[in-house]
Amino acid sequence: MGNNLYSNYREVFLGFIKPLFFFFVFLATSYNFIISAQELTSVDNTAAVQAGKKLFNANCAACHKLNKRAVGPALKGVSEKYDREWLYSWIKNSTAMVKSGDPQAVAIYEEYNGSVMTSFPQLSNSDIDNILAYTDYIPPAPVAITSNSAASVPVSSSSNINNTVILIALALVFTILVVMLFLVQRTLMRIAKLSGVDIKPEVKPKRTPIWMAFVQNQFVVLTGVIFLLLSSAYFVYGYFMQVGVDQGYMPIQPIHYSHKIHAGANQIECKYCHSSARVSKHSGIPSLNVCMNCHQNIAEYNGEEDLENGYTKDFYTKEIKKLYAAVGWDEENQKYTGESQPVKWVRIHNLPDFVYFNHAQHVQVGEIECQKCHGPVEEMEIMYQHSPLTMGWCINCHRETNLKVESNEYYAKIHEALSKKYGVEKLTVAQMGGLECGKCHY
Amino acid sequence: MRYKIIFAIIFLGTLLKSCADSSRPNYQYFPNMYESIGYETYSESDAFNNNIEAQIPVKGTIARGWEPYDYPDSNEGYEAAKLNLISPLEVNDTNLKNGKELYEIYCAVCHGNKGDGQGILMKREKFLGIPSYADREITPGSIYHVLMYGKNAMGSHAGQVNSEERWQIAQHVMELRSKLVK
Repeated sequence: MGNNLYSNYREVFLGFIKPLFFFFVFLATSYNFIISAQELTSVDNTAAVQAGKKLFNANCAACHKLNKRAVGPALKGVSEKYDREWLYSWIKNSTAMVKSGDPQAVAIYEEYNGSVMTSFPQLSNSDIDNILAYTDYIPPAPVAITSNSAASVPVSSSSNINNTVILIALALVFTILVVMLFLVQRTLMRIAKLSGVDIKPEVKPKRTPIWMAFVQNQFVVLTGVIFLLLSSAYFVYGYFMQVGVDQGYMPIQPIHYSHKIHAGANQIECKYCHSSARVSKHSGIPSLNVCMNCHQNIAEYNGEEDLENGYTKDFYTKEIKKLYAAVGWDEENQKYTGESQPVKWVRIHNLPDFVYFNHAQHVQVGEIECQKCHGPVEEMEIMYQHSPLTMGWCINCHRETNLKVESNEYYAKIHEALSKKYGVEKLTVAQMGGLECGKCHY
Repeated sequence: MRYKIIFAIIFLGTLLKSCADSSRPNYQYFPNMYESIGYETYSESDAFNNNIEAQIPVKGTIARGWEPYDYPDSNEGYEAAKLNLISPLEVNDTNLKNGKELYEIYCAVCHGNKGDGQGILMKREKFLGIPSYADREITPGSIYHVLMYGKNAMGSHAGQVNSEERWQIAQHVMELRSKLVK
C-alpha cells in the first residue's frame, strides 16, 4: 500500500509540474515573437515615412483614409496613379487646376460630386514627398499584429488550463485522503475484531425531540408566531411597494449601444446626442443622423475589448454595421441609399401617464447633472434604470435641493419674500412650491 | 417528507428569481392609469404610416420659429454664405456665454476647447486631421453655413442647435479664432 501511495503522489506531482513547465516555455517563446515583431517595424520605419505619417494625420486624414474611400479617395499607392509633378500642383492648389480644365483634375472633381479639396500652399515639395512615402509604404504590420495576437491569445488560455490543473490536483489529493481514512477505519475495525473488542453502536436514551419542547412552551410559541407574522408582513410590504417600480430595468436594445464607450471613454457630452433635453420636456432618443455625424468616419471599433462578456472589436464593428443598415449608408461608395428602417429602441425611463416631468426645467434651469437621476451612465455598458423614479424619490430631492438664487434677478422679489416667510437663508425647491400636488399632477 | 419541503423551497425560490427578470419592465397596479391613452413620444400606433408616431411634418408646412435659409448646400453656397451672410445677433456677454456653453457640448469633442483641433476624439485618434481654426479662413457666415449643412467629414448639426444657437456658436468660434491667431 505504501508503494501505491508513493506512486500516487508522484503522479499528482508530475501532473502539476508538466503543464507548468510547458506554460513557461510557451511564455518565453511568445515573448520572443513580440520582440522580433517590434524590431521588424522599427527597422523599416524610415524618417520620411514617419514625417509623412505626421503630416498625413494632421492635414489629409480629415478627408482621406489609406485603404478606404472617405470624403476623398483612398490614398494608398496614389503616387503610381498620377505624375508626381501633377500631384505637387494638385495638393498645393486643386481649385486652380480644376478651373484651368486639367482633364485628370476635372475627372476627380466630378467623381467626388464636386467637393473641393482644401489647398495646402504651406506644404513644400519635400513635405509632399514625405506624405507620398507614407502612402506608398507597405508596413510589415500585418505580420506583427498576427504574431502578436496569436501569441497573446494562447497565453491567457494556458493560464486557464493551469488553474484547472491545480483544481484537479487538489480534488485528487482530497479523494486520496478520503480513501485513506476509510482504509484506516477498516483496519482499526479489523484489529478490534481480532483482539476481541466488541464495538456496538451507541444506544441513545429516549428524549423528547427539540421541536416538541418548543411546542410545549407557550411563550416561545407566542413570540415565534409574532415574529413570523411581523417578518412576513415586512416582506409582503416590500413586495407590494416594488410593484410598478422599474429600478434596474435593463432591456436588450436592437443595437448594442455602449454608453461606457461614448460618454465614458470618449467623453462625449450627454447633450450632444440627447440635445432636446436642453429645450424640451423629453430628453429624446437621438435620430440616426446624429450617430452618423461621427460614424460616417468611424466604421470600425478599435478600442478596448471585454473578452469575458464577448465584447470584441468584431462584435462592436458589427453593431456599427447595424447602424449603417438602418440608416441606409453605403459604405463602399460613401453614399446614402435612401433605404432606411427605424430602429426600435426600447424605452427604459417611463413615468406614469399621471405625472408631468420636464427635462429642460431640470437640466437647463436647475442645472442638475444628468447623472443625479440616471446614475453613472458613463460606466454603463448596457443602459439600465438607476433610480426608482417613485414619488417619494422625487419629493426627497425637492426637499434637499437648494434653489440657485444668484444672478436670477427676475425672481429676486419672490425669493426674498419666501426667505422671510420661512426664516431661512437658502430656499429649497420644496419651499418654492416643489411639493404642491398640481405642480406634477394635473 | 423533509426532502419534499426542501424541494418545494428551492422550486419557489427559482420561481421568484425567474420572475425578477431585469430585461422586462415590472408589472403595475392599474396599467390604465400608467399607460397613456394619447400618443406618447416615439410610441407605435397604427394611426400613422409604418406605425411610427414620430412623423416628418406634412409637405408644405412650416414649423413654428422656422426661418428660411436661402444658401444652397454646395461650394457656391458656401462661398456666398462666407461673403454675404451676416449674424443678426450683436456680440454681447450673454450670447458669448451661451455660445461657449453650446460649443463645449457640440464642437469641443472634436475641435477642442480652444478651437485648435485637439479635441478628445482627435487625441484618441477616432478622428484625424481636424484643422485648427487659425489655419482656415472663416467668417461667422461660413460657420453658420457649415453648422447648417456640414462639410466634408463633419455632419450637419442643424437638428441639434437652432438658428439663434448657431449664431451664438459662430460668435464663440470667431472669438476662439482671434485668440489663436494672435
